[in-house]
Amino acid sequence: MSVPPPLEGLTREPGRVRSMADFYLTTMKSALITEFQYRMGNYLYMIGMIAEPVIYLVIWTTVARQAGGSVAGLSVGNLAAYYIVWTLVRNMNIVFTPYGWERRIRSGEMSGALLRPIHPIHHDIAYFAGWKFVVILFWIPIALVLSLVFRPTLDPDVAQIVVFVIAIWAAFLIRTLFLWVLGMVSFWTTRVGALYQLYFAVELLLSGRLVPLQIMPGWVRALAHFLPFASTFGFPIQALTGPISTAALWSGLAEQFGWIGIGSLLVAVVWKRAVRRYTAVGN
Amino acid sequence: MRSLAVVRLLLRMSILNELQYRVNFFLSVFQSLLALGTGLATVALVFGQVDRLDGWSHPELLLVMGVFTLIGGIVQAVIQPNMTMLMEDIRNGTFDFVLTKPVGAQLFASARSVQIWQATDILAGLVVIIVAIGQLGRRLSIGSILAFVAMLVVGTVIIYCFWMLLTITAFWVVQVEQIVELFEGFFQAGRWPISIYPGWLRIGLTFVVPIGFAVTVPAQALTGRSSGGTWVLAVGLAVVLSVATRWYFRRGLRRYSGASS
Repeated sequence: MSVPPPLEGLTREPGRVRSMADFYLTTMKSALITEFQYRMGNYLYMIGMIAEPVIYLVIWTTVARQAGGSVAGLSVGNLAAYYIVWTLVRNMNIVFTPYGWERRIRSGEMSGALLRPIHPIHHDIAYFAGWKFVVILFWIPIALVLSLVFRPTLDPDVAQIVVFVIAIWAAFLIRTLFLWVLGMVSFWTTRVGALYQLYFAVELLLSGRLVPLQIMPGWVRALAHFLPFASTFGFPIQALTGPISTAALWSGLAEQFGWIGIGSLLVAVVWKRAVRRYTAVGN
Repeated sequence: MRSLAVVRLLLRMSILNELQYRVNFFLSVFQSLLALGTGLATVALVFGQVDRLDGWSHPELLLVMGVFTLIGGIVQAVIQPNMTMLMEDIRNGTFDFVLTKPVGAQLFASARSVQIWQATDILAGLVVIIVAIGQLGRRLSIGSILAFVAMLVVGTVIIYCFWMLLTITAFWVVQVEQIVELFEGFFQAGRWPISIYPGWLRIGLTFVVPIGFAVTVPAQALTGRSSGGTWVLAVGLAVVLSVATRWYFRRGLRRYSGASS
C-alpha cells in the first residue's frame, strides 16, 4: 500500500519541523549527559577561566579607586558586577573551535556529516547548547563565591533580566555562526593559525572582554559598532549590569538578531562553496 | 656531569627537529607581536586613566610586562612542550619508554622537547625590558643587573616546579588537558605586579603567589625596589618547591601502572 502523493506533500512541512525539533532535543540531551560525566574536567576548566576576569577586575578596581571611585562612569561595584556576569557570558561563548575544523577535514569526519540529511551546523549548535546547561549549573556556585568576595552592585529590572536571558543565547548563536565561517577557511588552506589568532586578538579588544567598552577611546567604540564582537560579550553583560537605557537595551537585542541574520547568510554562502572544495580535495 | 651531557644531546635533537619547520618561526613572531600589542594596549588604557597604578609608574609596569613575556617565552619553548608530552605519556602508558632509559625519569621528561621557535617571546620580552630601562632613565649598577639575572633564574625554577606539580597530578587524575588551561589562566596574573592583588586574594588563590612572585621579584631587583630579604625568600621558595616537586614526582611514579594494566 502506498501513501497518495498529495497527502505526502501536505504533511511534509510539519514533519520536517518536528524531526528537527526531535534532533535538537536528542542531541542536547546526549550532550548534557556526556558532559556531565566529565564533571571534574569541566570544573577545572571553569576555575582556570576565573583567573582572567579576576585579574581584570583587580586592575580596574585599583584604577577606579585611584581615580576617585569610578572609571568611565563605572563604580567599583559596577565593575565587580561586570566581571562576574562576564564569567557566565564567557562560558556561553564557548563554541566549536575553528581549530577543530582541520581535524574534521583531515580525518574524514566531514564525509559522515555530509551524509546526514540536515546541515551539520545544527549538530554543533544543539550539542553545545545542551552542554551549556551543565555549564550554567556549575557556574552558579562560582558566581556566589565571587559575589561574596567582590560585592557587586547589581540591580536589574525585569526588562533587563528578560533581555539578558535572550541575549546570552543570541551571543552563543552569533559566536557559533562567525567561528564556523572562520573555521571553514580550513577548506582552502591549512595554515590558518595566524588568521585565527588575529581574529581572537581583535575580538578580545573590541568585544568588551578585556575592558568594558566605555573605557575604550571613542574611535574604538565607533569601530566596534560595525563588528559583531560587542554583541557576543559587552552587550549581554551590560544588559544585566547596566548602566543601560531602555532604548539601548532593545536596540542592542535587535542588533544581535541582525548579526544572527548576517552570520547565517555567511555560513550558508561559504558552506556551499566549501563543500564543493571538500569533494574536490578530500577524495 | 652525565646528566648535563644528556640534556645537551636532547636539546640538540629538538633543535634539529624544529629547524625543519621554518615557517613556524614567522607564525611565532606574529603571535609574539599580537600578544605584545594587546599587553601594551592594556597598559596604555590603564595609564589613560591614572598616572600611577598602586605606586608603579608606566616604565616600571612595562618592565614587569617584559619579564612576564620573557618567562612566558621560556614556558612556551621549554616547559610546556615537555609537560604536555609527559601528560600524554602518562595517559597512554607510553611513559614506560621513559622509565626504561638509564637516566633520571624527571630529568629526561623535563628536557626532551624544546620548541625553539616559541622562543620569539623571549626576544620580545628582552626588547620590552630594554625599552623600559631606557624610559626609567636610571643608571643601572652591575649589582642590580646580577641580581636581576639571578632572580630570573630563580623565577624560572619556581614556574617549572609549579607546572611540574600540576602535571604530576596526571598520575592520579588521568584527564588533565584542562590543567594546561588552568596554568595558563593563573600565569596571566604575573602580567601585573604581585602587590596589586589584595592580600586575601593572594592567599586564596595560592597559585597567584608563586607566579606573581617569580615575575615581580626580578623586575623589582632591577629597579632597586626589593631588599635582600625578598631575595632570600625567593631562593627559599624555589628550594622548597624543588624538594616538594621531587617528592611528589616519586610518589606519582609509584602510582603509575604502565601501559598494559
